[in-house]
This record gives sequence, C-alpha cells and structure tokens, in this order.
Amino acid sequence: MSEGVVPNASVADMHDRRLLMDRSVSGRRAIEMPAADVPLAEMPNDDLLRDADDLQLPEMSQLDVIRYFTLLSRLNFSIDTNFYPLGSCTMKYNPKLNDQVASLGGFANIHPLQTDDSVQGALEVMFELQEWLGEATALPGVGLAPLAGAQGEYAGLLIARAALEMRGESHRKVALIPDSAHGTNPASAAMAGMDVVTIKTDEFGNVDVEDLRAKADENACVFMLTIPSTLGLFEPNIIEINNIIHDAGGLVYADGANLNALLGLVKLGDLGVDICHSNLHKTFSTPHGGGGPGAGPVMVTEELASFLPEPVVVKSDGDVPSPARRERARVRAQQYHLTRPDNSIGKINGFHGSFSILVRAYTYMQSLGGDGLRAVSENALINANYIQARLRDRFDLAVDRLCMHETVLSGKRQADRGVPALSIAKRLLDYGIHAPTMYFPLIVPEALMVEPTETESKETLDRFVAVMQAIDDEIDSDPDSVNHAPHTLPNTRLDEATAARRPVLRWQAETD
Amino acid sequence: MTSNADSPHPFIPNTPSERAQMLATIGVDDFDALITDIPEQHRNSSLQLPNAASELEVATRMQALAALNQDAGTRPSFLGAGAYRHFIPSTVGAILQRGEFVTSYTPYQPEAAQGVLQSGFEFQSAVAQIFGMEVANAGMYDGPTAFAEAGLMAARVSRRNRILILDTADKRLFEVAEAYARYQQVEIEAISRESVLNGDVPDDAACIAFQSPNFLGRIEDVQALTDAAHAAGALSVMHTYPTALGMFKSPGEFDVDIATGEGQPLGVPLTFGGAYVGLFTAKQRFIRQLPGRIIGRTSDTLGRTGYTLTLQTREQHIRRERATSNICTSTQLIGLMVAVYCATMGPSGLRKVAELSYHKAHYLANAIDALPGWNVIRESDPPSPSQGQIQRGGPSPDTFFNEFAVECPIAPSDVNRLLAGRGIIGGLDVSDVVPYGILLCVTEMNSRQDIDRLVDALSGIGNGGVA
Repeated sequence: MSEGVVPNASVADMHDRRLLMDRSVSGRRAIEMPAADVPLAEMPNDDLLRDADDLQLPEMSQLDVIRYFTLLSRLNFSIDTNFYPLGSCTMKYNPKLNDQVASLGGFANIHPLQTDDSVQGALEVMFELQEWLGEATALPGVGLAPLAGAQGEYAGLLIARAALEMRGESHRKVALIPDSAHGTNPASAAMAGMDVVTIKTDEFGNVDVEDLRAKADENACVFMLTIPSTLGLFEPNIIEINNIIHDAGGLVYADGANLNALLGLVKLGDLGVDICHSNLHKTFSTPHGGGGPGAGPVMVTEELASFLPEPVVVKSDGDVPSPARRERARVRAQQYHLTRPDNSIGKINGFHGSFSILVRAYTYMQSLGGDGLRAVSENALINANYIQARLRDRFDLAVDRLCMHETVLSGKRQADRGVPALSIAKRLLDYGIHAPTMYFPLIVPEALMVEPTETESKETLDRFVAVMQAIDDEIDSDPDSVNHAPHTLPNTRLDEATAARRPVLRWQAETD
Repeated sequence: MTSNADSPHPFIPNTPSERAQMLATIGVDDFDALITDIPEQHRNSSLQLPNAASELEVATRMQALAALNQDAGTRPSFLGAGAYRHFIPSTVGAILQRGEFVTSYTPYQPEAAQGVLQSGFEFQSAVAQIFGMEVANAGMYDGPTAFAEAGLMAARVSRRNRILILDTADKRLFEVAEAYARYQQVEIEAISRESVLNGDVPDDAACIAFQSPNFLGRIEDVQALTDAAHAAGALSVMHTYPTALGMFKSPGEFDVDIATGEGQPLGVPLTFGGAYVGLFTAKQRFIRQLPGRIIGRTSDTLGRTGYTLTLQTREQHIRRERATSNICTSTQLIGLMVAVYCATMGPSGLRKVAELSYHKAHYLANAIDALPGWNVIRESDPPSPSQGQIQRGGPSPDTFFNEFAVECPIAPSDVNRLLAGRGIIGGLDVSDVVPYGILLCVTEMNSRQDIDRLVDALSGIGNGGVA
C-alpha cells in the first residue's frame, strides 16, 4: 500500500489499512489502571505465570485507538447510512431509544445470578415480552433463551423431539423441509439428529402438497415451514398442510424468523402451527450489529409449554407459601421468578438469553403498540409490492404474484445479456445501496431477493428503482464496468478463493 | 396511534396519500387485496396489546423498570461464577455509539463491510494472542455454547464419541454441552481429576474437557490433564476465564488443542447474562473443523489488502445439513467491544487487571479465614480426594485466581439475604456442591473499603448476629 501523501482527507486514511499491531509502539498506553489498595498477596508458582513479554497486544495512545476504530466504522455500510434492501434480513431502522434503554445501569449492570427479588424490573421486562410475543403469534408458551434464530430453531426441534418421545414415538426422526428453506433449517435438523427429507415447491411458489402428503408418514417428526416463504409468499394452503402433518402424527414448526409480514394480519397459532421462533433482530428492530448479537425466542402451544428451554419467567399472585412469617412480606413483593419448566429441554446457553436484546425488543413493541405493529406489517407489504410493481417490466419475477414483505426478482434476462445477479448486486454498492440477498432461495435462477421494510420512505424506494433501471441500462452500454463493480468502495472485489486456500486468520509480524 | 390517524408513526414514513398512491401503482384498490392468500377466517386477527406510546412515555416506563433492579454498578458485589464485573474503559462505549457498526449486517458483501471485517480480524488476533493459540474464530454465542461446540468438534476431529468433562467444571457447562450433544451420537460424561491423572481414561474418549480456573475458582493442572488426554489419544479442551490469562500461562503453552472462554469479562457489561460472546480458539490444523464464522485476510483485484468471511464451506448456508454447526447470526458487535477493550488495555492493562483481581481476592480470603466460624474451603484440607497432585509439580490444588468458596456458619442463602440488607450483593450459593458453601468473586472493581465492609458484615453473622 502506498504511504504517499494524498491531498484528500477522506481517501488518505481509508487506504491506511494497517492493523493495530502494525501501529503499536512499545511503551504507549491507552489506559491507566489504579495501584493496588490492598497488601500484595504471595504470587503462585513461577511455572504457572505468564512471561511479561508473552502477551502481544497493541500498545496505543487512547486517541489512536479511537481514531482507528472510527476509521474502520467508515469502511462500512449500515442502516444509519445506507438503504439495505436485503431479502429475509429485515434491515429496518433500529430506534435509538432502544439502545439508550438497554444501557441504563439498572439493566446493563445486573448480574445474571442475582436473586430474583433483586432483579424484579428485569424479570418484568422478560415476562411482558413473553406475553406480547405469545399474543402476536397465538402461541402462548414463550421461551426467551435462544440467542439467535438458529438456536431458536434448534430449541424448537428439541421440543418437538421431546414431546414425541413423551408420547412414546421416539422413532419419529424425519424433518420435512421445503427446498426453498434457509440453510439453518437443515443444519439445525441435523443437530437435532433428524433425517432431512426435502419437499418440492410448485410452479406457483407454494409447497407441493402432493409431495408433502406422500412423504409425511409415520416417521415424520416436524414439518419446517418458512412463513412467509423465502419467495416472499404466504402459503395459501397452510391449513391443509398443517392438517396433513397433524394427521400423520407430526408437528408443524414455522420458521417465523420474520414476522414482519404478519403482525396483526394473522397469528401462526391460529393456523395450526405448533412451534415457531422469531428473530428479534429482524421484526423487532434490534440492531444487527454486523452479525449479532441477536435473539431467537421460541413460541409453542400451551401443550408444549412444559418443554421450553430454561429459564421461563413466571408471575406469582403473591400467595407463595413461606415457612417463616417474617419473610412473607418480602415474598409477596417478589412477583416474578425464573423457573425451569417441568419437562424442559434444558439449558441451551449460559444464562437467560440475550437480555440486552430482549430489553430493546420490548421497548420497541411498546413504542409501536398493537396498532403500530399492524402498521409495520401493512407498510412492509406495501413497500415490497410497490418495488415489485415498479421493477417488473425490467426484471423477471420468481413468481408472478403479489408478494408479502419481500419480492424475489430473477436476473435471468440480465444474465442472458452477460451480467449475472452478483454483478448487479455489486454495482448497487457503487450507488450507496446495499446488495439484495443473492442466489437465494436456491430454486430461483439469478435470484435477487429484495426486502425494503416499512421504515423506508417512498423517495428511497423510488431511488432504488431508478438505480436498478440505470444498472439495467448499463448492462447494454458498459457491461464490463458492471461486471467489475464495485469501483468506489474501500476495496474492489476480493479474492475469496485465495483467502480460503491459504488462510491468514490473525495478525502476524511481517517476516519479509 | 397516539396522534391523529393522518400522521404516520415516527418509525413509518408512508403518509396516507403516499399509501394510496403506492397501492394504485401496485394495481390494487386497498390494502386488503394484498393479503388474500391468508385464510379468511384467520385474517386481520387483532393484537390485544396496548396502543402505541410516545418516546417520552416509553422511556419513563423503562427507566422505572430499570430502577427496580439492584444495580451491581452502584453497590459492592461479590458475584462471579461465569459473569464478571470488570472495568470497561470509556473507549468501548464510545465506539459502540457508532451506528456504522451497530446497524450493519453480517458481512456477506465484503466490499461494503470492511469495517466489520477488519475489526473482526482484530478480535481474532487478540483472542488468539491472549489464549496463546494459533487461531480463533470470529466468536460464538457465549462461553458455554463455545465449550459445547468444542466438545462436538473434538468428536469430529478424533472420530470418537465420548466427551469427558472434568467434574470440577461449572454445571452450566455440562448442561449446555448435554443439550448440544443430545442427538449427535456422542456421550457426555463426567470424569474425576483422579481418574484422568491416574491414566484411567477410556480409549474411545474424544477429549478431556475441563475448566480452569474451575467452578470453585481453582487453577487446574493444565499440563497434567493435557498430557493425560494426549496419552489416551484424546484432545485436550480447556475452558477459561480470559482475564486470568493476563497473569497465568495460556492454554497454548500447555499444548491444549481447543480452548474456549466467556468473552464477557473483556469489556462487556453484565447485562443480566447476555448478550455475551463465546471465545473459540484451536490449533491451526483444525481450522476446517471449526464452528462459526471466520474472517480471513486477502487482497482485492487491485492488489490491496482486504478482509472477507472465509472457509465458508463449513457453514450452514453452503453445506446445510452437513455443516459443522448451525450458527448463523452470532455476536459480532460484542466481539467489537472485546477488540476495542484489548486495544485499549494493551498487554500492561490486561496484566494489571488480572493482578489487581488476584491480590484483592486473596486479601478477602485471608480476612475471611481470620473470622471465627468462617473457613475458606481448601482441597488440601483433610479429607482430600486429590493428594497425588502436588507431587507432579503442578499448581497446588488451592491456587486460585479471583474466586474461592467459603464455608458459612449458616445457610448461604441466609448470608446473602443479610448482606442484601446491608446493600451488598453477596456470593453464589453453592451449597449443592459444597456444604454451606458460598462462592465469592473479587475483581479490580471491588475497593478495599467494599471488601472491608463485606468482612465486617460477615463477622456480625459469625458472632451470632443472624437475627
């Protein structure tokens, strides 16, 4: 990289990509720790102690730490700076109040092993969130423990297996999964010891009901239905499908990772779904953080609630029996408790779930309320259909139907003209718009999956449409430029093959 | 809505007239035409929830809920056991204010995510360095899930199916490992230190997995456990408290194969147990068996350095049911906090935090030992099950970092209640592991004054001041 002096303040530092250790100067410090205020204890045996020079961490001034990470932040797209029409990811605005609330000392500084009576405010947040998610899905058993969607799925599948085992049907080990499903579905099913059987999608983008009927047999454990599907469609045969599964003795698991299309419009439990999970970092607006942390609560029917992962918060009515009279007043004041459900699948992580994310989601739900949550879904649908309507003359649709919260375009016409979906996605980056989800679902050629969310304005959608049209024009005027995009970002396309073939996974001192 | 129906919610920009315009472009008369696929009898099921509230109202309610909790930031606390109250430098919070990090997506488009990727590479570098291990991944959900996945990885690497966990580990580690392994055709079993050190390890063991410092805070003989594992053809898997590595030898120095830890002590607030970040490190030769995201260095078409997610063929979105893990969204932002923490603390800061915690904890232990009726529990006290250990030249079985168990004169739950009455968050009741046991933890956050206050309170209890 050039160390030359460049007369452009912004570009100059963006090309200085040296790592912390390359910037480290021995003896510098970014923090001063206080001296010990207690007498020093005898140290353990020398052979247990680390040599002082064994720990090679950066030595920086405090300003240089701040400037370095601030520089890195500017090499990034984000919701605060860019439109992210990233299908199935629900990149909506992350309200700032939620972050502010999560950082309150009464939430940020409580220890997970404090006694229940000392954390009643936190337990109330969790209890209320359980209630609200139960209401939104008509699945009243809610477990907040799962730390992300994939953990929610895994918990849901463990619940299904445990429930069937209790029925004496431990032989049921088949997970029926549509070919349009997200990759975590089969991966979670494999973790839960299930055999994956794939169900076809018909020409209208729906589950192939006859294929399902043929495969839902006495070994069926669960059918994992993504709703709306990854094609952005609501499954019109959902009740028939659920009946087929229930008649075969199995359970219906809805991958409700994304409830953004459904709030106030329909409740999964009403449709016969037994288990679902929801990603709070999608529908409920908690920030994605560049890849987490998230939260993936699992919701189940009343009958399955006793299998939920530990812990679940319960509310007592104040009549907890207490042996010691002097304790009674205290016990009465304590309303909320962490409990382990009777047939719990156990602990799937260290403590009680992503509490800092749960607080944000509950804050968000209060800001929206029942009426606002319905407005969320209404506008998410309108925005997606608006984009679909405006782009359909230029791009093929995966399925020519009204969509729910996202639309799947196919770049087939563009690929035939020599520019694959990948390049369209990369070219969008040059216009300051994040790429849509590409090549997913796998069953759509040259898929570009677009999910605008309800928090984007019509002007933003119109600009996206204009940019997509401009890129489509560029495919005729300058296809080469599109195929080599992006041109304006901190890096051009990266050599991923070499990264995998000769992995360099950490800083190392330059040897040359 | 709280305001009149013509005004959209602050988070939703479409005005009624824009909605009408957009519906016309879509070619439908009204919104209901968009949801005809939903079965009619279940359509428009209204949400029985309160209506929208203003920012002022919500903030007020949430502040009131926060105020109901006893904040360990404003009173002395001696709770540890897997979540630790350490100093968090101001730089961490400052960088965490950057919406460019907070509101970005998983870096599937590396050209538009170099900030997340390069900071993640810094995280991997720092974690590998602290652990003295060759590679680290970009983070797991939390410490216990990292430990569980390490056991499963050991089974894949060794092609053996018995994951043996030393019985001195936190029971949470067992429980999570059991939940992860339930249907994976592997067995999770507890094994005693004596069995391992006597060479009594079954020959189908995938690994000897242990926690050091262990649940009761003591330093295990990592070298002896690792040697015993290797002698049985098994992997050595260590779960640790990363702050301790500021002064104690790293897993890498003992030839441990896979080392995991809870990242929370490195700059992450307690937040009632999450979100945290699991640290996962291993020897280089296992990289294709690692779970989770990994960031690698590469170059772009102009030859400039850049970073990208790599080795993705292990992952669920490529390999589906044959993936090494189902993990997808993980804990990138918490990893960023760890990266900023490590850059700020540097080698001298991390060592200082470890040493302060060590000295203060020993100060408290010595003071409690001097109290009548109170005893710091020592393994070397007779009757001890592990007499053989000292002769091996490893740590004394009583070497501890910053946590230790104490035998109380009354039930530990009563001790904690009495302490709460004096504004002190006590220790963890471990009477299910050691009779009358309470586990106390001290960090650099506990001032000498706080410690003296605790000792004073305990002395009152020891003198029969129970009532």
